[in-house]
Amino acid sequence: MSNLAAMTTAITSGKVGAIRIRPATNSDLPELIALDEEVTGLAKRKYWKETFARYGGRRKLQQFFLIAEQRGRIEGFIIGEVRSWEFGEPPCGWVFAVQVRPKTRVKGVGTQLFEALCAAFRRAGVEKVRTMLARDNHLVLSFFRSQGMMAGPFIELETTLD
Amino acid sequence: MKLQKASSFALYAVLELAANPTSQLSGTEIADKYGISAHHLAKVLRDLGRAGIVDAARGVGGGYRLAVNPKRLTLFDVIQVFEPVGPENASKDDPELATDAGCALRMVLDELDDHALATFRSITISTMLKSMARRPWVESPRAARRPRKAASSR
Repeated sequence: MSNLAAMTTAITSGKVGAIRIRPATNSDLPELIALDEEVTGLAKRKYWKETFARYGGRRKLQQFFLIAEQRGRIEGFIIGEVRSWEFGEPPCGWVFAVQVRPKTRVKGVGTQLFEALCAAFRRAGVEKVRTMLARDNHLVLSFFRSQGMMAGPFIELETTLD
Repeated sequence: MKLQKASSFALYAVLELAANPTSQLSGTEIADKYGISAHHLAKVLRDLGRAGIVDAARGVGGGYRLAVNPKRLTLFDVIQVFEPVGPENASKDDPELATDAGCALRMVLDELDDHALATFRSITISTMLKSMARRPWVESPRAARRPRKAASSR
């Protein structure tokens, strides 16, 4: 089974109808930029083009940029990659972006995206999934907690440079 | 870290009610299951009722049921009914803040409280029920077979 075929799944949810999870393509960029702008209030065209160049496309084996689509409309996306030997740790999956259209939230779209990304990570041979986010971002923290994620073995530290 | 008894009892009750959404449970039923004081739990349930977290029905067949969506109710929402959670709002007159040692210590304690607050605010009752069903504290056979890695740093 090709990587693309393995990642493309049609999942039926009772609440939002059939959601198709598939890899992002170049033609998704305008809608992705608009969705991100709807959620964050910022249009980041250059950022999304660079992000797609790094994580999008069909031939990536360690980077994953997945779209949740319903009736031809993008309802959300998730981005992650396999990172190896950071902090002495064996390869693990990192989730660094997940977004669902506000009106489609709490209907399982984020869960389907997360499960599809985890499936891709498993196929890439990793056993752990990690993420990092602001501790006052309770909404997204709650989402990851609901997926069974808990505090990991690392503590993030920072300082202000003089 | 340890929660006050009232907070723990409240969480047991809320989890029990969330796990049984179609039935009303009495305080005694919940107290018996967790081996806790029915008298103390009755007080806790009254406080939860006043906070709008549970509804009480009197009379034969009466009991308690959850009044809010467990997907929206967090551990913080329940605990803060019984005890303060998160960094304290220290006043400038606080003698602890009159010295550098006191200020440095306060900074460390606030960091711990910030983490506790973020944890309690991000875990819903629904997530707790999932965790109870998954039982992650029981080591999976796959994890048990894996050799333990020696501690290392970068």
